[in-house]
Amino acid sequence: MFKIVNAEFIAPGIKRFILEAPRIARKQKAGQFVILRIYEEGERIPLTIENSDPDKGTISIVVQSAGKTTRLLNSLETGDHILDVVGPLGKPSEIEKFGTVVVIGGGVGTAMAYPSAAAFKRAGNRVISIVGGRNKELVILEHELRAVSDTVMITTDDGSYADKGFVTDKLRQLIENGVRIDLVLAIGPIPMMRAVAEMTRKENIRTVVSLNTIMIDGTGMCGGCRVLIDGKSEFACVDGPEFDAHKVNFEVLVQRNGMYRDAEQRSLADYERSTAAKSALHENAEPCAIAQGGKR
Amino acid sequence: MSPVTKKSINPLALKERIKVPRQLMPEQPADERNKNFTEVNLGYNPELARQEALRCLECAKPTCTDNCPVGVKVKEFVELIVAGDFLGAAAKIRENNVLPAVTGRVCPQEDHCEGKCLLSKKVKPLGIGYLERFVADYEQRMGTHVIPDVPPTGKKVAVVGSGPSGLTVAGDLIQKGHKVRVFEALHELGGVLVYGIPEFRLPKQIIREQLDYMREMGVEFETDVVVGRTVTIDELIHEEGYDAVYIGTGAGLPQFMGIPGEHLNGVYSANEFLTRINLMKAYKFPTYDEPMVDLHGKDVAVIGGGNTALDAIRSALRLGARKAYVIYRRSDAEMPARAEEVHHARQEGIDFQMLTAPVEFLSDGKGWLTAARCVRMELGEPDASGRRRPVPIKGSEFDLPLSVAVMAIGTTANPIVQSTTPGLGTNKRGYIQADPETQRTNRPGVFAGGDIVTGAATVILAMGAGRRAAGSIHGYLTTGQW
Repeated sequence: MFKIVNAEFIAPGIKRFILEAPRIARKQKAGQFVILRIYEEGERIPLTIENSDPDKGTISIVVQSAGKTTRLLNSLETGDHILDVVGPLGKPSEIEKFGTVVVIGGGVGTAMAYPSAAAFKRAGNRVISIVGGRNKELVILEHELRAVSDTVMITTDDGSYADKGFVTDKLRQLIENGVRIDLVLAIGPIPMMRAVAEMTRKENIRTVVSLNTIMIDGTGMCGGCRVLIDGKSEFACVDGPEFDAHKVNFEVLVQRNGMYRDAEQRSLADYERSTAAKSALHENAEPCAIAQGGKR
Repeated sequence: MSPVTKKSINPLALKERIKVPRQLMPEQPADERNKNFTEVNLGYNPELARQEALRCLECAKPTCTDNCPVGVKVKEFVELIVAGDFLGAAAKIRENNVLPAVTGRVCPQEDHCEGKCLLSKKVKPLGIGYLERFVADYEQRMGTHVIPDVPPTGKKVAVVGSGPSGLTVAGDLIQKGHKVRVFEALHELGGVLVYGIPEFRLPKQIIREQLDYMREMGVEFETDVVVGRTVTIDELIHEEGYDAVYIGTGAGLPQFMGIPGEHLNGVYSANEFLTRINLMKAYKFPTYDEPMVDLHGKDVAVIGGGNTALDAIRSALRLGARKAYVIYRRSDAEMPARAEEVHHARQEGIDFQMLTAPVEFLSDGKGWLTAARCVRMELGEPDASGRRRPVPIKGSEFDLPLSVAVMAIGTTANPIVQSTTPGLGTNKRGYIQADPETQRTNRPGVFAGGDIVTGAATVILAMGAGRRAAGSIHGYLTTGQW
């Protein structure tokens, strides 16, 4: 059991958890992830580690409500427990002095990009961070990124904050302005990463993306996370999660990530029905009764 | 090799023993069991067990024991069954085998003890596996585990992986008075016994009971630790104070054929397919959250001819598959699966497409599998494995409609421990190098065994390695000599 020492929403539907996980905290490096299982009947899902504090023995993860498991997770509060957390998994980001590094975070991907931005800065790079969100409220970690970046550029899809547009608009701007870019790291929704990859491919700018695939064990045993890299099968959990963006077959990634869409929708609908029924029955019902082990 | 009957309590003369037929294992009817996950074999009762035990010829030099990877004293335990001392028989097995209820079920006896049984020269071999299973289950039902009282040595051993080889090491060393802690990457203990082998062949309750017994003996377990990532071998030794480490991380990365269409939705590795079912209980979706492709009314094939392949396809059948095929590129004679599993699978209605291999997986245009394009094979000259090499027959291609294909064609070495343990010797295929007698690696204090050393093998071979390792770890801890 892993204790949640702090849980707070940092944006609508996006929650940051500080978890007691001393072993993971000691070993975590930028780019790595954990796999967690909330309760006995739960699925195992991968989530990138945002940060860790080896002295306190804690790690932080940032979770956006999407399906049943992330909804359930985001209903947990400080003091609750998560049944299983394993990690840190995957290869750490390759951090060295490249020169100028552009770190692009889309939506909740910003939380995953942040530790790498900080590490690039510590390694002596000039760091330009580009953060995108659908609207003002979904632009996250701006303050934290400013502390580790030489420049921060922000876009919102609807123009409710900073510049209206997409992160790729800012990247194009940098390229058109003749900024020498040695490395781009892009983490966010697949269409965003794909668009970044297409843009930098033409310019021959080395680009890395972090792939969030379906996983079970996270140790290479099951092969469920396989992705096509340069036409060859690789496993996101042991060979990744970061890959050369120009070699990733995004089409196969989208297709494989959609394998359980029907089941996911059914789970979510069942969950929404059950929580709606519960809150109708008891005004003050604990929405997380299941996650606390109520069914065990 | 000549049988002796001196001092035997067996009332039958040798000639009479040969006349006793091998006692059949009671089993669930094939057309019932292929719809449920309850165990296929139901086990001997005491009468059947004694009757079968009477068949033992009590060889002076028992080849059964010589051919057992853990050296179970077959003649002795079988004699105790004849005497009606079933608990004594269980204790006798436990001297060499910490998981008798497991090996009694999943061990390929025809390759080991029973394969060398003197009876098999004339009649069917002694049902050693069935007898082992009987006494192990009997002991379990009686709940009379003996907890050995041994003085602590003050030494600490870390075991990496809670599969059959790790559990053997843990079980052996705890009985020598060493402190043992087992680290497991998954959330549940048991390794391949839990995520890989299905309930109908090895009920999970058996594993839980064995684990409880080990806990009672003092073995500590820690789940959710991926050694190499969560903590390294060097940290276990230098920071956590372990005097020796045993690496038994088991199965590697699943192999794929590299043919077009392997990334289609509906194509699984056997490890993933079985893990979803056995570990994650995806077949109980939506009660359990982990999903899998709904197999009801679907046509499913497994590619490969080993135990894993049969476990996968027999699971598919139980989950409602309309057609369930085994596609294997060689013939019956070369199939590596246990004979009993092949026999059971045929009874259950699995369609064996032998001398056949897929060359491409076809798509519905939306990323989902619709068929396997296959080619028929014929056997040519023997290859490096000594088996006759399958050669495609020109013009024999045909399309087999499928919704799900499961690849069970083997594994390659998992790199996590090797890549995070500086200086640890590996072979050119990436497996850890360990002495076949002592299971020592090239790093003092570090031992390894099971699939991470040999590549994919069987539960009993992994246990054999664990047993040898436990012996040499004990030697190392008591003498301090590497």
